[in-house]
Amino acid sequence: MDFGLYLWTTLGAFLTLAIFSFLYKDNPFYKIAEHLVVGVSAGYFAVILWHNGLSPNLFQRLNDGNWYFLWMDSTAPWYLIPAILGIMMYTRFSKKWAWVSRWPMALYIGIATGVAIPLEMGARVNRQLFAIMERSIDWANFFGVGGFNLLDTASGLSQLIVFVGAMAALIYFFFSKEHTGLFGATAKFGIWILMIGFGASFGYTVMARISLFINRIQYIDNNWLQNGLNTGITPIEGYHAGYAVIFWLVVLIVVGYIIREIMTYLKTKEKSA
Amino acid sequence: MDLFEKLMKLDRRWIFLFLIVVCVLSYAIDFYVPILVEPESQKIYDYVENLEEGSIVLIAIDYDPNNMAELHPMTYAMVEHCWRKKVKVIFTSLSQNGPGMADQAIRDISDSLALDRTYNGVEFKGREIVNGVDYCFLGYKPYYALVILAMGQDFRLPFPSDYYGNPLDSLPMMVGTHNYGDVDLVVDVSGGNITDAWISYGQSRFNFTLALGLTGVMTAQYYPYLGSGQVHGIMGGLLGAAQYEQMCDNAGLAIDGMRIQLAAHVVIIFFIVMGNIGLLLERRRLKREGGI
Repeated sequence: MDFGLYLWTTLGAFLTLAIFSFLYKDNPFYKIAEHLVVGVSAGYFAVILWHNGLSPNLFQRLNDGNWYFLWMDSTAPWYLIPAILGIMMYTRFSKKWAWVSRWPMALYIGIATGVAIPLEMGARVNRQLFAIMERSIDWANFFGVGGFNLLDTASGLSQLIVFVGAMAALIYFFFSKEHTGLFGATAKFGIWILMIGFGASFGYTVMARISLFINRIQYIDNNWLQNGLNTGITPIEGYHAGYAVIFWLVVLIVVGYIIREIMTYLKTKEKSA
Repeated sequence: MDLFEKLMKLDRRWIFLFLIVVCVLSYAIDFYVPILVEPESQKIYDYVENLEEGSIVLIAIDYDPNNMAELHPMTYAMVEHCWRKKVKVIFTSLSQNGPGMADQAIRDISDSLALDRTYNGVEFKGREIVNGVDYCFLGYKPYYALVILAMGQDFRLPFPSDYYGNPLDSLPMMVGTHNYGDVDLVVDVSGGNITDAWISYGQSRFNFTLALGLTGVMTAQYYPYLGSGQVHGIMGGLLGAAQYEQMCDNAGLAIDGMRIQLAAHVVIIFFIVMGNIGLLLERRRLKREGGI
């Protein structure tokens, strides 16, 4: 790792610590990191959009024309139509001309709706309904592969749970009849099914959040500490002990700030007592 | 004030600190955590394993750096598996921040495949991974739903040239490869609602085999598509990535993270149980005092 790369890695480690410092409380380090993320993302997106959208899809298609003829002499002048529609969108910034932006917006929404409705209905409603209606319980493989395997989605038991669960959850959302008696009991079972579903989502969400933290620990250790402090398998070219000073400086700044905050907090508490 | 009362009034920052200490300690201490492979991940692995040499898999890297922790290990494990089997890969990225990460993954995996290694007892000779022969990286185009639909007609419609500026027809593996009909498997590794578009505009319209690699937050909501047969298999979160790494005998960052996951989950479950006991005791006390 050369010095330049080491500095970037150090910056990455510093920003990681800065973001996590929010867990203690809102602070200037967190603010710097937060603003940097927003700024870099917006800048990166603008460049990506130019190179992957506007440039190849519009300007490169018109590039055999002359810009001072407004590309009207291009072999593909019809690409000016979406360009004009795009420019019309910006009239939203003027109160007087804002109505013009409704035309491209109407066209866009019309096309998107036309494309989306049949496909969305087919994939997310009809296919799901068919899957429940066509499902027949597999009695031969009722307990799943290997005896009793609840993870086997093809087992008869899994299919039965899905069918009964789907019906019960749907009944819970049926409000035209009072939830009493057998109907009420089924609706209550439906709530349990929904709660299990939310529980599964919560469990996965916890795993996802911890995964983000794990990745940062791995980054700080593998990319920064091991390389930066020259304790890794690969020695650093041109490494000298001065690099470690940068590391300890960053740590000192963050730790110093946290200690100062704690002292301020304790003093305020003392005064209020 | 008893223990539960104290826990109920505990500043949440102590819990964060405790969790950080547990995570760092479990990272520092290396211990073995068994990984149970679920059928939905196994199905993806088996599908790729049974592909013939020269088959084509389309992998969509539809995630941003904020999902990298969970999804990058999945991409690494899956692409390496494909290239070891000499299966060709078409990459695309329908998320605007994805191309840079996809490019990085391609370079890293190409480097690791240059070495001789043994996986699952089978020796693999190191080989050079060549752009246009082993893979084609299409890059990014905005408006993912339209791009997915256009690729169903011809990859050349949204992507006349690849990410590096080479016309698609100049790449040997793309000669005769026009649309999803020429691809054996589509894998969407995604951290957002692009997955919905792959299901609605891609799979249901063009009827190809679709496998998903998802973040943990998204996984539970896509299981109905597995049951209906619209999706062939799902890898969910870091666990899904670890399962794939285990099946490939290619331990990476996901397997490395599982012992931290275990420790962190134990801590969280402990606090949830304690919090609930505390809440019940508090309620009972209030009831006794006539508060509720």
